[in-house]
Amino acid sequence: MAIWVVADKCTGCGLCAKACPYGAMLVEDKLARLGPRCTQCGACLGACKFEALLSDLTQEPAPDLAGYQGVWVFCEVQQGALARVSLELLGRGAVLAEQLGQTLAAVLLGHQVENLVPELAAQGAGRVYLAQDPGLADYSTLAYTRVLAELVSSHKPSVLLVGATPLGRDLAPRLSRRLDLGLTADCTELAIDPQDGSLLQTRPAFGGNVMATIVTPRARPQMATVRPGVMPLGPRREGAACEVLRQVVALEPGDLLPRLLASQARGQKPADLTAARVIVAGGRGCGGPRGFELLARLAQALGGEVGGTRVAVEEGWLPAPRQIGQTGVSVRPELYIACGISGAIQHRAGCLGARYIVAINRDRRAPIFSVADYALAGDLFKVVPALLAALPGGA
Amino acid sequence: MAREAGSFLGVAVLVKQVPDSAEIKMDPQTGTLLREGVPAVMNPDDRLGLETALLLKDGLDASVTALSMGPPQALDVLSEALAMGADRGVLLSDRNFAGADTWATSYTLGRALERLGQQESLDLVVCGRQASDGDTAQIGPQVAEHLGWPQVTYVERLAVEECELRAWRRLPGLVQEVLCPLPAVVTVLASPVAPRWPLLDRLLMACRSEAPLEVWDAADIAAPAASTGLKGSLTRVVRTFSPKSGRVTSWLEGSAGEQAQALINELRNHKLI
Ligand SMILES: Cc1cc2nc3c(=O)[nH]c(=O)nc-3n(C[C@H](O)[C@H](O)[C@H](O)COP(=O)(O)OP(=O)(O)OC[C@H]3O[C@@H](n4cnc5c(N)ncnc54)[C@H](O)[C@@H]3O)c2cc1C
Ligand SMILES: Cc1cc2nc3c(=O)[nH]c(=O)nc-3n(C[C@H](O)[C@H](O)[C@H](O)COP(=O)(O)OP(=O)(O)OC[C@H]3O[C@@H](n4cnc5c(N)ncnc54)[C@H](O)[C@@H]3O)c2cc1C
Repeated sequence: MAIWVVADKCTGCGLCAKACPYGAMLVEDKLARLGPRCTQCGACLGACKFEALLSDLTQEPAPDLAGYQGVWVFCEVQQGALARVSLELLGRGAVLAEQLGQTLAAVLLGHQVENLVPELAAQGAGRVYLAQDPGLADYSTLAYTRVLAELVSSHKPSVLLVGATPLGRDLAPRLSRRLDLGLTADCTELAIDPQDGSLLQTRPAFGGNVMATIVTPRARPQMATVRPGVMPLGPRREGAACEVLRQVVALEPGDLLPRLLASQARGQKPADLTAARVIVAGGRGCGGPRGFELLARLAQALGGEVGGTRVAVEEGWLPAPRQIGQTGVSVRPELYIACGISGAIQHRAGCLGARYIVAINRDRRAPIFSVADYALAGDLFKVVPALLAALPGGA
Repeated sequence: MAREAGSFLGVAVLVKQVPDSAEIKMDPQTGTLLREGVPAVMNPDDRLGLETALLLKDGLDASVTALSMGPPQALDVLSEALAMGADRGVLLSDRNFAGADTWATSYTLGRALERLGQQESLDLVVCGRQASDGDTAQIGPQVAEHLGWPQVTYVERLAVEECELRAWRRLPGLVQEVLCPLPAVVTVLASPVAPRWPLLDRLLMACRSEAPLEVWDAADIAAPAASTGLKGSLTRVVRTFSPKSGRVTSWLEGSAGEQAQALINELRNHKLI
């Protein structure tokens, strides 16, 4: 218990009981006593006039973080190959590790994945923690959490990065809670604080309307998921060597839940937009289906998807799952091209997470331009065909 | 304790009150969020979660409790949940809960779910995949870990069969069908049908003083102050700023052909094509 009553000094006056927001301070026989409802919030401490309440609440023990060394990247395997985001994180992780004067390590879980180790070394990993087991062949939350938790607890890294893929965002929060670590979601920037060497983790929130820089002062490793596609790949060091540390895996039956029954490919699905790298979006300015055919050709030439505003959906030019914005989907492509879209806040709420925004609009004062990286004032029926003509595979 | 087939199914739905994203405005000077006067609504994913849970009541003897952590005005989303068909609403509200990160939020919600489970059986917790303000999508898995239950994320449809949960997970380019024993935690990103509207008579009922709404504080869930709110948080926001400051608008001028060429050059520079 972090709050004590000094019986000799307590007069049973009841001031502390009045100050307690939970009714947890009981006064019986002229003596105060902490009841079971006490949350150790400390509200009573200032109320006592007789120095009868003592506490150790303020003495938060400074955690010893010095023993935590190394930058780790959890490497995701997709269909037998390393996920691109994992390579991006090795690229960024190598820079962070160098600034910290620590090693970069890759963590690889799976079944018969040893053949990927040379690639991890080439991407900058000085060490690879390798955990192989038939039970790790397919991703399962609890099995992966168990193995990673054991690795982290025994080797104590200072930084742990995970790609913000569907898998990463399923795994990282589970792991962070098991080990009582902080976790920053879906970061787009990572840097080392030159003052104290802590990891500065920057991420968008409020549908991309706000950026926040977050630190994890009290726990190690500092954990973050990082958005795919934002960190550049590092230089390849062909044939580089690395140290391989094998982890013994002992899974329990309960680790393999839930059980996968069936997996079915689905082509036409709304989620496509949220995963798209390029989105060409249209609004009222497209004028009708003909305008959207033009956008579809541009999207195809760029390897992207078509989306649009609520107006475009209401007009029947676009299926509803492709509406972008507050009442549609939020998208985070690398490239967002807004054609004939005014840029109402409800629409912007769904597209501000894009890395680059291009706007094509014939009204120079259209609000979409204020959030665009590239502004093309003009008629989309002239600009889009010109783009198609200039693009390889566009005409 | 495993659930017995055919018996009562206790479901809790986590609902968060969020600022209406349509109304979010930034202070242009400081780059901070202007929250004053911004209307608050139920997080869109949580509406899907409620619909998913309420559908279970059609075929089963189930009870749905909506649980939220927030300031007193968050009672509004619980009233709305009751009006949609939830049986009970519980608000976790306490000065000490303010400023929580996801660790502290999941701890607080987790303690409350444990208490719910002691009062009546709790077999299934339904969360939204993501809240539209904090945007982390971390609460579902963290609550599952707190309870020590398996988790099924990105669910678009589910069915309770005997003592198990059958769920369809929507992943990029595919749908997975999984089977999971109860109790379990799911996070949803869609519902089989569009979320139902609140019913007016239920809404009126929800606003009466005898409505099945309760407010719990830290003592009710035995949550020590050091584990909740800002004090219990392991992450710290050190700076917020407007992302617009990061975007410098370049105007590409000239004829349509020149504009197109200039844009393609820029896209090449950024390796977008
Ligand atoms: C509660 C609520 C929720 C909403 N949710 C959404 C949402 O999720 N998504 C959404 O998109 N909207 C949403 N809206 C609607 C939103 O407020 C706007 O009305 C809508 O986004 C406008 O669509 P638009 O840009 O296509 O049309 P407009 O605002 O009419 O803009 C058309 C633009 O096209 C330009 N233009 C016209 N012809 C050409 C041409 N030939 N070449 C180039 N430019 C041209 C014009 O200059 C104009 O800027 C919501 C509104 C409310 C109230
Ligand atoms: C700008 C900004 C950035 C932030 N970044 C981080 C970060 O990187 N890491 C971090 O740990 N914290 C972060 N936070 C704090 C975080 O937003 C809060 O902890 C919040 O209480 C829960 O997170 P969320 O909104 O992201 O919920 P999500 O995890 O996105 O929500 C998923 C689901 O959990 C349920 N849920 C969430 N909150 C509640 C609630 N209060 N009551 C009932 N159900 C709920 C709902 O069902 C919801 O659909 C950030 C806050 C801000 C303002």
